[in-house]
Amino acid sequence: MPEIADREITFAQAVREALAEEMRLDKTVCIMGEDVAEAGTPFKVLSGLLEEFGKDRVLDTPISEAGFTGLAVGAAMAGLRPVVDIMFGDFITLTMDQMVNQAAKIHYMSGGKWRVPMVMRTTMGATRRSAAQHSQSLHAWYCHVPGLKVVLPSTPYDAKGLLKSAIRDENPVVFFEDKMMYKLKGPVPTGEYTLPLGVADIKRVGEDISLIATSSMVQVALGAAVLLEAIGVSAEVIDPRTLWPLDEKTLVDSAKKTSRAIILDEGYERYGVTAELAAVIAAGAFYDLDAPVKRMGAMHVPIPFSPPLEDVTVPTEQTVFEAARALCGR
Amino acid sequence: MTATAQPTDVSQQLDLWLHMYRQMVAIREFEAQVNELYTRALMPGLAHLYVGEEAVAVGVCEALERTDYITSTHRGHGHCLAKGASPDQMFAELLGKKAGYCKGKGGSMHIADPATGNLGANAIVCGSAGIATGAAFAAQRLANGRVAVCFFGEGALGQGVLYEVMNLASLFKLPVIYVCENNLYTEYTHYSETTAGDILSRATAFGIEAASVDGQDVRAVYGIAKRLVDRARHGDGPGFLLCNTYRYHGHHVGDINREYYRSKQEELKWKTERDPITNFGKWLLEQKLAEAGELERVQSELELEMKKAVEFAVAAPYPTVDEVGEDVYA
Repeated sequence: MPEIADREITFAQAVREALAEEMRLDKTVCIMGEDVAEAGTPFKVLSGLLEEFGKDRVLDTPISEAGFTGLAVGAAMAGLRPVVDIMFGDFITLTMDQMVNQAAKIHYMSGGKWRVPMVMRTTMGATRRSAAQHSQSLHAWYCHVPGLKVVLPSTPYDAKGLLKSAIRDENPVVFFEDKMMYKLKGPVPTGEYTLPLGVADIKRVGEDISLIATSSMVQVALGAAVLLEAIGVSAEVIDPRTLWPLDEKTLVDSAKKTSRAIILDEGYERYGVTAELAAVIAAGAFYDLDAPVKRMGAMHVPIPFSPPLEDVTVPTEQTVFEAARALCGR
Repeated sequence: MTATAQPTDVSQQLDLWLHMYRQMVAIREFEAQVNELYTRALMPGLAHLYVGEEAVAVGVCEALERTDYITSTHRGHGHCLAKGASPDQMFAELLGKKAGYCKGKGGSMHIADPATGNLGANAIVCGSAGIATGAAFAAQRLANGRVAVCFFGEGALGQGVLYEVMNLASLFKLPVIYVCENNLYTEYTHYSETTAGDILSRATAFGIEAASVDGQDVRAVYGIAKRLVDRARHGDGPGFLLCNTYRYHGHHVGDINREYYRSKQEELKWKTERDPITNFGKWLLEQKLAEAGELERVQSELELEMKKAVEFAVAAPYPTVDEVGEDVYA
């Protein structure tokens, strides 16, 4: 266990610290992406890294997602550990061939001879009034592909520990950061620590219902749990933290204990992460369930611009509270 | 440009010419066996033969060091052999055997071999452009003096990612050579129907040193490749080499009735007047650098070597089914 945190930092600071620490430890770690150097990204997540590590290791690229992601794949094979920055998660569609047909398959196709130790950091999350092409949460696309690992941290502490592990991993890892959480503060120890990929975290212990949530939906679930407590429903909040590898046991054990489960994820609900996690629970906890597993994801519409429209497309504390109350028969 | 490298040492140069002749014959004989295996239904999947284009792979790879990188294509057997792959492990891979370069998991279109710097053949047209560029990026950052060559057919000129990575390569002055093999046919369509404007201008527009060469003349290919490789290695940036060549067989072995896209006379003309092996052999004899018997011996030796390699591969065991899940992750 790491030391007890004596300070709070933001999610963005946690990401930056993870990168800076790994870059100090390993000279082959480098960052590339659009406006990552002087600008430190539009979200200012990388501010200060250029000053410490210089232009050779913090590289501004052209607006050329397929190109620099492909470059990172080859660079990873030939001895570097690139961390690619894809500004908005919506733009991962431009990198699909490089990640899906190249990065994910090279180790297998080469019979285990070549490795692709790279990280793609990108964003997700709606309600930023950015409309349909800057608001999606497309992590399920990458979860579908064998050979990739997919990480969705929900707190500054998790973001730092998981990103450090992702950089040290020998495989291509895609790391999704909810841009609405960059300013979220949380306790993070000053000392060195990492968190393993593939271990879920119980964010809140409860007895009556399991809220299994990813990324910022963990924060939504924790808020809903407070509302539920007021009406006498004890909610457990589980965060898988990595969608692949997936800690199925922790999810199933929680559902067995509470007998009810809601899966919360900001990706599109149809054919998405909520479906996969619900299937895991249905298969693993079937005889212990008192209600069908409920799924809550993004509405099946392109994310609209108009605030009142956008707000209804993703789960909120209130909608989760209502759904949980109904599922518990209250 | 048709500059041919001048011999610095006569006997050294002679060894090189004879070696290149041998390598071209090796590819021709290898592919003859592939054709045989395929038509005898011993080979699963598809086979895209490199016959007719031997001078390109050999001329370019002879300009490289063993530790330099290459990426290859679906029509990649020639590149792998020219970079030093061993025929027995290649045939084993083609037959899906455990003893193959990729333990049978890659097949004809995915042969990869770290020992010879082969980052892998790629079955996505232009799929390896990012990888080759990235390997060059790593070589530059690690200052290991290596160069990367990206082989691709003229069909890849239609892919946007090629221009993305050429832009990056020029910006970062990367030691990468883009070798475009124009064999005139993009699968079953003449390239003039799919390629607008001028090919070399596409490279020069990015400030990349570009040249075209008779891809049937191994000495010419070697000479220009050597110049581009040397300047890349010395930090002078990327190169683009357009090799004008011809594919003797169809797009794949099963593409037999081809008269709807090209005439038999055209094929015959290339085979009789422009064959890279015959013409190079003639030149060696004219220059009194070799005797007819010597060249015949090369031919019979390689025919035998390839037959033995096939025997090895046919006798080799398949992987066991429990290996199917191995090598997905490193």
